[in-house]
Parts: sequence; structure tokens; C-alpha cells
Amino acid sequence: MNNPILRTENLKAFYVLDMAGKQKVAKAVNEVDLEIRENEVYGIAGESGCGKTTLLKAIFGAFDPPLRLIDGHIFYYINDLGVDVTTLNANEKRKLRMTYISYVPQGSMSVLNPVIKVKGTYQDFIGSHVRGNTRKEAFELARQHIIELGLPRNILDTYPHQLSGGMRQRVTIALAALLGPRIMIADEPTTALDVVVQRGVVQLLMSIQQKLKNTIILVTHDMGVHANIADRIAIMYAGKIVEEATTTKIFGSPAHPYTRFLIDSLPRFGDKTQRGSVPGNPPSLTDLPSGCPFHPRCPHTFEPCKEQMPDYTQLDADHKVACWLVA
Amino acid sequence: MKILRDLFKDYRFCFSFAVLVIILIMAFLSRFSPHDPTLWNVVPKDLKPSVKYPLGTDSNGQDIFWQATYAVRNSLIIALIAGTVSRVIAILVGMVAGYKGGTTDRVLMFISDSLLVIPLFLIMVMLAMMVRKFLNLVVLGLLLSAFGWAWDARVIRSVILSLRERDFTKTAILTGTGTVKLVLNEYMPFAMPLIFSTLINNISWAIGLEITLAFLGLVNLTIPTLGTMLNWAITYQAMFLGRWWWVLTPVFISVFLFIALYWLSVSISEYLDPRTRIQRVGAE
Amino acid sequence: MAFVKRYLIPRLIQYVLVIWLGVTVVFFIPRITPNDPVMSMIAMMRARGSTLEPGSMDGIINDLTEMYGLKGSWLSQYWAFWGRLFHADFGVSFFQFPARVNKLIATAMPWTLGLLLTTTAISWTLGNIIGGLAGYYSRKGWSRTLDAVAMVIRPLPYYIFAFALLILLTWIVRWFPITGGASLGAKPTFTWGYIKDVLWHSALPALSLSILGGAVNFQTMKLIVQNVNAENFVQYAKLGGVTEGRIVGKYVIRNALLPQITGLALSLGQIFSGALITEIVFSYPGLGMLLYNSIVRGDYNLIMGITIFSIVGITTAILIVDLTYPLFDPRVRYD
Repeated sequence: MNNPILRTENLKAFYVLDMAGKQKVAKAVNEVDLEIRENEVYGIAGESGCGKTTLLKAIFGAFDPPLRLIDGHIFYYINDLGVDVTTLNANEKRKLRMTYISYVPQGSMSVLNPVIKVKGTYQDFIGSHVRGNTRKEAFELARQHIIELGLPRNILDTYPHQLSGGMRQRVTIALAALLGPRIMIADEPTTALDVVVQRGVVQLLMSIQQKLKNTIILVTHDMGVHANIADRIAIMYAGKIVEEATTTKIFGSPAHPYTRFLIDSLPRFGDKTQRGSVPGNPPSLTDLPSGCPFHPRCPHTFEPCKEQMPDYTQLDADHKVACWLVA
Repeated sequence: MKILRDLFKDYRFCFSFAVLVIILIMAFLSRFSPHDPTLWNVVPKDLKPSVKYPLGTDSNGQDIFWQATYAVRNSLIIALIAGTVSRVIAILVGMVAGYKGGTTDRVLMFISDSLLVIPLFLIMVMLAMMVRKFLNLVVLGLLLSAFGWAWDARVIRSVILSLRERDFTKTAILTGTGTVKLVLNEYMPFAMPLIFSTLINNISWAIGLEITLAFLGLVNLTIPTLGTMLNWAITYQAMFLGRWWWVLTPVFISVFLFIALYWLSVSISEYLDPRTRIQRVGAE
Repeated sequence: MAFVKRYLIPRLIQYVLVIWLGVTVVFFIPRITPNDPVMSMIAMMRARGSTLEPGSMDGIINDLTEMYGLKGSWLSQYWAFWGRLFHADFGVSFFQFPARVNKLIATAMPWTLGLLLTTTAISWTLGNIIGGLAGYYSRKGWSRTLDAVAMVIRPLPYYIFAFALLILLTWIVRWFPITGGASLGAKPTFTWGYIKDVLWHSALPALSLSILGGAVNFQTMKLIVQNVNAENFVQYAKLGGVTEGRIVGKYVIRNALLPQITGLALSLGQIFSGALITEIVFSYPGLGMLLYNSIVRGDYNLIMGITIFSIVGITTAILIVDLTYPLFDPRVRYD
């Protein structure tokens, strides 16, 4: 088992909205404890609106209003020393970005500044973290880096609107890996792309991970992508992690009813039976059910489910689940 | 209503509401004026404000307070005529252009865009000069409305364009709803809030233009409006002669009126736009 | 080449068409309104006490009709009208007879042009910079205060604002001279003394136009920047740890300038009208005063000349601004 590279402790991050006088609180990340290790691909899966993106933002330390850190800690293990991100100021956090931890956001199609060439964006990112002469070196390395990753040579001299969506996605991923960060976060990198391009993106991520031997935290609702590339997967529901295990165990022996629904809904070759999906709708994060948030939709719900949120049960060395059924 | 309660939380809406209520009361008071506003020498000239004459009297021998009530009433009438007629034109043009598309759209938008870029002020000056004799409240209102529809027509057109592609349109057409009925019944509710806020802006523009034309002497100067009051005050050198009450009355009323109308339109349109409504967040 | 076809040519066609439409409207207005310019001119001449011999009436009417270009069928008039336009011949002014309208416009134009160029440049650049910063730091106190101030200034029409400023600065606080572009009787020369004089007298109208224009630019830029701030690429730059200076300059303001350039093009007509009105309030010897005098004296030729000149001038200015847009937005330059 590798050393941890990132750890969260009882992390609570809510959106506090003030609409015409009334306050609404969306509990997007609700008491999350994660331990993510070096040199692994960690997947986070779940439906839209379960809080995955917010969790990423929280891990990244990007608490922009209306998102607020309510409670908890986030630790980065920089050179084997645990650093509590919640205690860092804005500039310290800024310096860590790109160099220690970088982010590939959702909707990478439109994240490049439309009025400057791609190389301009690269120069901005490099120049913000690297000083003096090393800047030029870094930029030259960037050019090489692009070629090594299989992207066309002249891509730096184009404007973003001249590239296809998939190409822009790969440019952003390459940029994120540029300064050799120990952690890379990718938020839905394959969504809204056609299958062929998806494969290209997934392969790009894999080759980066193999080259840098770093950690990739991958968020997507597409279980197929997780199956392809993730080492461990965490299943997220209504702001909580309900199950976490290695990929094989998640797909082979899912313990939580929600996970089982997710796995069962995947089509398999040759199997023509109708696939079921999770009944009902995901809960609104501003109006969560009591106890276990899944109980209104769970077919096995019983007494304790409405009352209290279950603690984690360690089914195995690397398989834990939060469900009254196995407690 | 809940909407009003929410709107009152915005200080701008409260201010503009208060000012507009006062202005409307003034306009209404004109009915009770003891003097005929078009006559001269009904009261002693050039008196400072006092209890008897709350805003003083002017060099024409008129009570400024009662003149002002008429001025406000007339300016509002002109502006309302201009505003409503131009809304109607804008709705017609916008809806036809948006729905029909193609050449009709291009021609209509060309006319509309030309009206936006050509310095209308000069054209208005020319027109006003030519029809000066006939310029009563209604004619002036109509004249203003002929030029005030361009911006709104574009706004409505873009609303129609986006609605046209929506599913409910296709459903409606497939179930045999006629074009006119579709446009009027289904699309109008979407456009209404926008139309309302542009109406307020248009009223403000109309009053402003009326004052400007009056100041240039291009309107019927015997009808009391905010503009003509100012014109008379300037003609009689009220500023140089120290008769501040005559000059400042129309200026003050106008300034408050413009600010109130603007704040009204801003607070309403910010309320209607869901993005800005949520922007007031409790995350400091 | 696609750029020329898709961007350049449509705009040139539009330019020509708008001028055509504007000139045609100006052509028709005196001809379809119930006021007969010739008769009203004669009435005015009479009202000023000139006695007209009965026999000469026909001759006068004939001359006037010719000078107004009202002779012949509408079509021939229209044709002749355009012919004269291409020679920049707007006819002869009445009350400054025999001064040609061109000459009068040419004398007044530099004053207006100088005022317009400087105030537009100042209000656009300053308004955008301050508005941009205010939009980026929209939660800070100074940003909100400025916004509140702009909320009060912006809705005022040019006339009211200019007039209020006039009252404030020449009457209540007697700082500035009340009228004119230069002290009475000063001869235009390129000496420092004269230039200082001009600047002193232009200060008020310039102040009025700059503040009002600046307030509008401030508010629109602030709104635009607040929207751009929420754009994906700005959020991404922040997530990438790009330094704040770079973000404000290259990412936010450069993108926010694009709609502002278009906005400038659209509002040039209003700015111009506002400048004319402001000139009249401060008796500044530009096109505004020329217009005012021609209204007062019923000088049709002069008014038409000024109107047509303005239409052509503004449409051309708008075209120029429109053509600079591709310099800032690569999406229009390249396919």
C-alpha cells in the first residue's frame, strides 16, 4: 500500500445562498473522510448533483462564495509532511496550484482564453509559477511535452476556437501535467465527447500517470471510464461517500444498494435483458432526508435507516461501506 | 403580493416608488389648480416662495407650484403616449421579424438598426420644426414613439427567436395552433417583463427628449411641460436675475424623475433576472 | 479571404445603405410635412419688417424655391439633391447670406470634433478601466460607492446634466466662464495663450460630456466584467494559479473590451447628439450652436446640411470602429 498524498477529515463544504431574503443551504460535501494515495488513479462516481464537483473544489481549496468551508480539514502530504490546506492563505494556495496539484475542470471546451493563442495561455500558467530564465526552459519543455504526449506540433500557435472540443480537452490535460504535479484532478474529462475522442483522452491520462507516477483523482458518472482506468473507486451520494473499494471489488461485489444499482445498470455484451436503474430522483441538497440519504429510494430500507446515518464498516482491507445492512 | 414585498427589499425600488407616487399625486393635483395654466398674469410676478405661493411665482405671472403640477401631468402624458405606442410598434416589428425570419427579418432589422445609429436628435429637430404649429401633447407623443421602438424591437425579436426553437412551439404547431394565436398567447408572457422594463426606459427617454426639444423652442410653448417651464425660465434670464425657484423647480423635478425611473427599471430587471437575484449571497 | 467576405463586405453594404436611407429621410421630411418652407420663409421675412414689393413676389418665390431645391418633380429634385451632395454642396445659408453652408459647417466642425474626440476617448478609456476594476473587485466598498454615484448620474439626459453642471459651477460656485469657446474677441492663433484660453472655455462642456459618458461606460463595463468573471476560462486561470495581475488584464478586461467596442459603435449617434446639446448649453461655438442658431432663424438649408453631414460623419465613424473590432477578436479574423 502506498503512502497517502491527500487526506480529508470530516470535510463539510456547503453552498450558502441568499435568495430574496431567505437563506438556503446546499450540503454538497457532508462529512467526507478520504485517504488518497501516491501513484494511483482514484475514481469518484455518482449521479449528477451528488456533490462530486464540489468535493473536488474543496480538495483544491477553492472556496469561492457561495461555497463555504463549514468544518473539517484537508491535508496535502508535501515531501512527507502533512500540510493543512484550510490554514493556508490565498497566495500560498496559489503557489501550490500547477506545481503540486492541478485541476482539469468540467467543460474543458471553453476553458481557454479565446483572445490569445494556446501558447499564450501556456506562458501565463508557466510564468505564474516559474521565475526568470527557467521560464524559457519550462516553455521549451512544454513544447517537447506536447509532442511526447502525441499532440500535433503546431497546436501551441493556434487559437482555441480553431481546435475541436476533444483537442482542447487534451490541450488542457497536457497543461495540467506540465509542471509535474503530484496530484491531478480531472472533473468529467470525457463527458460531451464522442467515443473515439474519449478513448484518446483516457489514454492521455494513463500515459501521463505512468510517466509522472503521480495521483489522478478522476470524477465521472461514466462507470465504463472508471472500469478502464481507476485503481480504486469511491461512490458518492448526496454529499457523502457511501462506499469505497478497489475497482474489481466495486464491480464484482458491490455492497451498498446504490452501488449495486449503478453496476446493474451497465449494459453487457450479449446480455439483452432490460437494465434497471435507480428508482426515484436524487434528493435536493438543500432538503436532505433524515438518517441515511438513500433510504427513500432504497428497496432494503428498514428501521435504523430513517433515524441515523450509518458509520463505515470495513468489509476488507480496502473495501468500506456505510450501510445499516452490513453494519 | 409576494413580488412587491420582495421588490421593496431593494432600496432603489423603495426610493423610485416613493418619488413616482409623489409625482403622480402632483399630476393628479393639476385637476384642482385654481389657475388656468395657459394664462398670464394671474398672480403677482417674481415672488419668492412663501406660504401662499409654495414654489414662488414666475415672470409670466403664474404660480409655479400649480404650473408644475400641470407640467408634470403633461410631460407624463406625452411620455406615456410615446412609450405605449412605441411598445406596440416594437412588439409588431419584433414578433414579425423573429417569427418570419428571412428577408422580412433582414429588412425590418435594417430599418431598426438604422434608427439606432442615425443621430435621431437631428431628424427630430427637423421634423419638429416642420410641424411646430401642430405640436400638441398627442402629436408630440406620437412623434417620439415613431423613433423609440428600435431597441425594443430587437429585444423582442431575440426572445421570439429563442422561443421558436423550443419544444412547445413545435408541439403547438403540430396540434394546429394558428401563428397569431401562438405568438400572442404563448410568447407574450415571456416577453412581457422585458417589455415592461424597456417601457420604463422609453418613458425616461421621451421625457428627456421633450425637455431638449422644448429648450430649443421646438414645441408649443404655451402648453406647460417640464421642458417649456425650463425654456421660459431661461428666456427670462431667471438664473442671472437670481430667481432660483423658477429654474430649479423643473430641474429638480426632472432629476428626481429620471433617477426614479432608472432605479425602477434596474431594480425590476435585476429582480427578473434569476442570476442577479441569487447574486446577493450570504458568504462574506 | 473569408474574413473579407463575411465581415467586411456586409458592413460596407450596410454603411452605404444606411447613409442612403438617412439622406432619403432628410430629403422627404420638408417635402411631406404640411409646412411649406418657402411660404414660411416669406412670412418670416415679412415679420421682420422687410417690405416686399408686390411685383417682386414671384421672383422671390422662384429664387427661394430654387435655393431650397424644390423646383421640378420630386424625382428630379431627388436626383439633383444627390448630385449636389457628391459635390458637398449644401447650398447657401439664409441668415448668414451669402455664406455657404459648407463653410459654416467647416468653421464649426473642428470645435465639435475636438470636443468629441477628447471626451469620448477619456470617458471610454477611463470608464472602462475603472469599471473593469470595479467589476472585478465588485464586493469592495469603493466599487459599490462608485456604482451608487453612477446610478445617480447615468439616467440624466445630456441636457439636464449639462444644465445642472452649468448652474453648479458658474452660478453657485463661480469657477468657470459662462460662455463661448474662447474669450470674446480672441483671434484664433496657435499661440499658447490662445490654446490655454480655449482649454479653459472648453473645460465645462468637456467635463459634462466626460462625466456622463464615463458613468455609462463604468456601469456597462462593471456588468460585463462581472459576467466575464464567471466565465469558464477565468475560473480555470484561477484554478491554475495564474497571478491576479495577468488574470485581470489578459483574461478579464481583454475579453470584456469586445462587447464594449461594439457598444461604442452603437452609441456614437447618441454621444454625438449629446455633444451638440451640451455645446448649446455652454454656448460652445461648435456644430451645436450652429444648429441652435439655424433653428432660431428657421434656416432650413443649414439645418439640412448639418443633419446630412452628421449622418455621413457618424455612420463613417461607426464603420471605422466596427472595422477595428477584428483586431481585438481573433475569432472574427480567422475562421
